[in-house]
Amino acid sequence: MTVEGMTVGANPLRDPQDRRLPQIAGPCSLVIFGVTGDLAQRKLIPAIYDLANRGLLPPGFALVGFARHDFGKETFGRLVKAAAKAGARTPWRESVWKQLYAGIQFVEGSFDDDDAWRRLRSTLDALDQKQGTQGNHAFYLSIPPGLFPVVVSKLKEFGLATADGDPRYPQAWRRVVIEKPFGHDLQSARELNAIVDEVFPAESVFRIDHYLGKETVQNILAFRFANQLFEPVWNSNYVDHVQITMAEDIGIGTRAGYYDGIGAARDVIQNHLLQLMALVAMEEPVSFDAKSLRIEKQKILANARPAPRLDLHTAHAQYTRGWAGGVEVDGYLDEEGISKDSRTETFAAVRVDIGTRRWAGVPFYLRVGKRLGRRVTEVAVVFKRAPHLPFSSDDVEELGENALVMRIQPDEGVTLRFGAKVPGTVMEIRDVNMDFAYGGTFVEDSPEAYERLILDVLLGDPPLFPQPEEVELSWQILDPVIEHWARQKSIDTYPAGTWGPESADEMMARDGRRWRRP
Amino acid sequence: MQITLEHTNSSEIARELVLVRKASGSPAMDMVLTLIVVCDDETVADALHAATTLSKEHPARIIGVIIGKGSGAADLHAKIRVGSETSGESILLRLSGRLVTHAESAVLPLLLPDSPVVVWWPGQAPTDPSGDAMGALANRRLTDAEAARQPVRHLRAVARHYAPGDTDLSWTRLTPWRALLAAALDQVRSPVTGGLIVAGSGNPAGVLLESWLESRLGVHIRWRKVDSERIEQVVLETAEGDVTIARGADGSASFSVPGSGARTVPLPTRALAELLAEDLRRLDADAIYASTIRHMLKDQT
Repeated sequence: MTVEGMTVGANPLRDPQDRRLPQIAGPCSLVIFGVTGDLAQRKLIPAIYDLANRGLLPPGFALVGFARHDFGKETFGRLVKAAAKAGARTPWRESVWKQLYAGIQFVEGSFDDDDAWRRLRSTLDALDQKQGTQGNHAFYLSIPPGLFPVVVSKLKEFGLATADGDPRYPQAWRRVVIEKPFGHDLQSARELNAIVDEVFPAESVFRIDHYLGKETVQNILAFRFANQLFEPVWNSNYVDHVQITMAEDIGIGTRAGYYDGIGAARDVIQNHLLQLMALVAMEEPVSFDAKSLRIEKQKILANARPAPRLDLHTAHAQYTRGWAGGVEVDGYLDEEGISKDSRTETFAAVRVDIGTRRWAGVPFYLRVGKRLGRRVTEVAVVFKRAPHLPFSSDDVEELGENALVMRIQPDEGVTLRFGAKVPGTVMEIRDVNMDFAYGGTFVEDSPEAYERLILDVLLGDPPLFPQPEEVELSWQILDPVIEHWARQKSIDTYPAGTWGPESADEMMARDGRRWRRP
Repeated sequence: MQITLEHTNSSEIARELVLVRKASGSPAMDMVLTLIVVCDDETVADALHAATTLSKEHPARIIGVIIGKGSGAADLHAKIRVGSETSGESILLRLSGRLVTHAESAVLPLLLPDSPVVVWWPGQAPTDPSGDAMGALANRRLTDAEAARQPVRHLRAVARHYAPGDTDLSWTRLTPWRALLAAALDQVRSPVTGGLIVAGSGNPAGVLLESWLESRLGVHIRWRKVDSERIEQVVLETAEGDVTIARGADGSASFSVPGSGARTVPLPTRALAELLAEDLRRLDADAIYASTIRHMLKDQT
């Protein structure tokens, strides 16, 4: 995780022991395609401002917007300023904004307009001279996946995809950032990977799943492998099953165009939940570099498959009109932009079995949904009951299974659930929680996921994000489930604001288990 | 919730802490360190304010220790605050009489079990922090040379007694400068041949910056004295040209490296709480600080 050998070389003022000095990215620019889009406005631009405010952007950093709008630099600047002001987590400082504004450029045009690409090229050349970006440019594709092929091929056509052969900047780099979803099935994922890989070398491609920030990944790794306490019980001898949940309380909002036809499983299970599963289930990597981590995750993904009876151990459903959190809300089919006969699922639950010695016989239940009870993402490792309880059955009536819950969001932390005696003369044992919250225990604010992400891209820090092989393995797990659902004549429903359809509860009941209420 | 205890002792205080915590629904059981603030009536208000601000993002048991008059019988008063405004606990101890010379005995029973202890002297610190009875309780000791009557002299005196875990807040104040200088040398390839610091003569941060640059770059750094309390400008000379960073107005600086024009970069003056937050981020010894003060003492002219 050092920047050694990237742009820093042998800077005598840098020392790995010097933990106070922040890692500042080297001179570079960030080019955002789709800069007027929702993601760029809500997340990317505020994150860039916050990075600048924390002093983590290089002096002379440039931000280039590319979009089909007739903006001048001033109009674009106002737009960026408004977005940064609205979304920033750090205090507003006019001096920081002035610094940022000095490096802002806007290129107008559509993706099929060669003149626009020429203008982008000359803008970047000018920045190399004026701002001192030294040929280092990162391209953020904040655009629908359907547009990736044209943008990537134009980057290549206009000589933007590589800095090779520019004698002025022998060390210059080019990087590209793409957001999930990475395709919509195995076939399309392969095609997409082929397009990107043809133009950019693997280490220059940053595939980003913003649900799963690097901070979260590293927290899980530290928890599992920095402690002696948990690893001995982290296997089928002690673990009964694992539940991985990502619940949202919101509906699809304005994302109808994107969401309909994609659905919960493709949107979240394929990338986010299967990645979480791999991190929780994998063996200890030999080191924490990106490659060793990937090897271990791939072993899990390659050996995981959905339960053999897809009709018994999967569930999919749509939310119907109901009351969610005290507000009456529309059902999925009533949402704007959704056709009345849509079969897209907003809730998906799947049982996944992992064929390794450690996990044989331990099912992993994954569920995801919109308009559920509350917003929460968590991994619950549920342990077997004690083999013998030297108490009467009355005493332990209220004792559940021990559980270790890694809360991902909100309020990231760890909860340990175990039984304790209720004070008093009667022997009665009840479940209690022991709780740890990252937010309450460390000086440092967790950096926002996008801040960390943009900084990693600019530093060239090898991403912990999924590589093409992992993406393809994940589709291999999910494709049969989605195909099974496509063959069904109907889809289940659940009222908005509840914890999902009855079929999801039944699928657990078949195994003699039940969902936690997160 | 606030409770005042007169003529008390540490075990009474500890008992009261448990009661208060129970009564307010057990907040902040995840306190991770004890911060001892050794102060007097003059510095107590500002220091505790900074410590409390800090504990909002980082629950700690803060023990403020006011050392009163040394004459008369030993006496201890305490004020306990839990829950309101702070996410941790704060205890303000007022010591007087013979207890003043045994202050650590009142503090020791109140340290959180197992977790790190930090002691901070917002005013004049002892010249041998780790040898000090209070300092000996801690893993991290924070002094502040700028609060001393003769800052640079005090900095050197404390440095002579350096023990791992000591740092001075003037080193913390220096971090933004060091970050900018390191960023500048990320961009400039050719070696530095000399340098210049423009600052007030009694500035301990300037002295540390000089030593740091000299020890890292192996060149002599000149010093131009101006009438200022802060570092105003730093120049590093290379064969390609000069790196110049000059403090500007409203928390910014002008930054120029060979081959590109001057740019404005942020160089904010940070509040005390922000400085403490940076220091508490790492509770182990600061090796770079150690080598910097070693160079400073060797290079005494």
